[in-house]
Amino acid sequence: MRRVFADLNLQPNIGDMEQARRMIAKASELGYHLLAIPVPPSPNLTEKYVQQLRGICQENAIEFASRLNLKIKTPKELLQHLRKFRRKFEIIAVICESKAVARQAAKDHRVDLLNFSIDPHRRFFDKAEAELASNSQASLEIEIKPLLTFKGPARIRLLSILRKEATIAKKFQVPIVISSGATSELLLRKPLEMAALSTLFDLDKSSALDAVSKNPLVIVKRNREKLSPRFVAPGIRLIRMGKDCS
Amino acid sequence: MRRRYLALKIDAKEKFESKEFLDALWSAILRLYGEYGASKISLTLVDYDEEKGLAVIRVAHTELEKVRAAIATITEINAKPSAVHVLKVSGTLKALYRKVRTSH
Repeated sequence: MRRVFADLNLQPNIGDMEQARRMIAKASELGYHLLAIPVPPSPNLTEKYVQQLRGICQENAIEFASRLNLKIKTPKELLQHLRKFRRKFEIIAVICESKAVARQAAKDHRVDLLNFSIDPHRRFFDKAEAELASNSQASLEIEIKPLLTFKGPARIRLLSILRKEATIAKKFQVPIVISSGATSELLLRKPLEMAALSTLFDLDKSSALDAVSKNPLVIVKRNREKLSPRFVAPGIRLIRMGKDCS
Repeated sequence: MRRRYLALKIDAKEKFESKEFLDALWSAILRLYGEYGASKISLTLVDYDEEKGLAVIRVAHTELEKVRAAIATITEINAKPSAVHVLKVSGTLKALYRKVRTSH
């Protein structure tokens, strides 16, 4: 069966809808079927941005998923934000800037993606983190943008860290999601190119392709089901109610 | 030795001469794999259309994914922001041109 590809982290300047439009059109041209764009959690603006982005995606025959990036300082704050926003976004990613937040995010079923800083000292995806993540449903998100923009020793260091993290993720069966993190059209790459870049940190070809197709799509499908009004609990859906039952 | 032919599209506002494109390509390969790795790739520029921003290169078939990754790391050509995408891959030049024609 033909693979369907997704990029869960396109980062246009959300205030510049023309740039967002160009990036979405480019992503569609490059062969993506689903895009997620982080939207700020503002009570007035979120819905407006989501509607605009969904409309642009529809024009380009591409699916849109709303995403929230949580950049939080303490585990307590993280819990508060998850309680507040989980049912409002299709994807929740936590940018783990401290070990405490990383651990809390890894064990919480409401977190979809664990994203780490590009600073090597603030990447907390070790064995303990992977074990927690494997018990919840969180995936490790790896952004491709730094691999393109870094040169020399910085890229060598990054590749070495990503290689270690990918090995740990594989050992503990934590799904890996490769996303672009692109802030402009020229930083977007085709899905097969993203998969080829993933082989630089020793992902085998099949895992690399899953990381740009199957793994992100599973997250979106699972969350859409949960956000549906007919969802009761995992495996339980409302089929009929009221007059439909007679 | 088996080979693979790749049709590439240069995505940039400017147009580049074949030498500028080839320099960017070699530089990306050398940065990622070094001289030893680059020597295994057997890279040759087969065709180049400056106006359309299209290029055809030939590489050793075992090194295809390496080349694809190196191409993806190109962010500038002659210090100007650019990206290069692989349009099609084929085992023969004739089939490559046919695939490119049918995809447009």
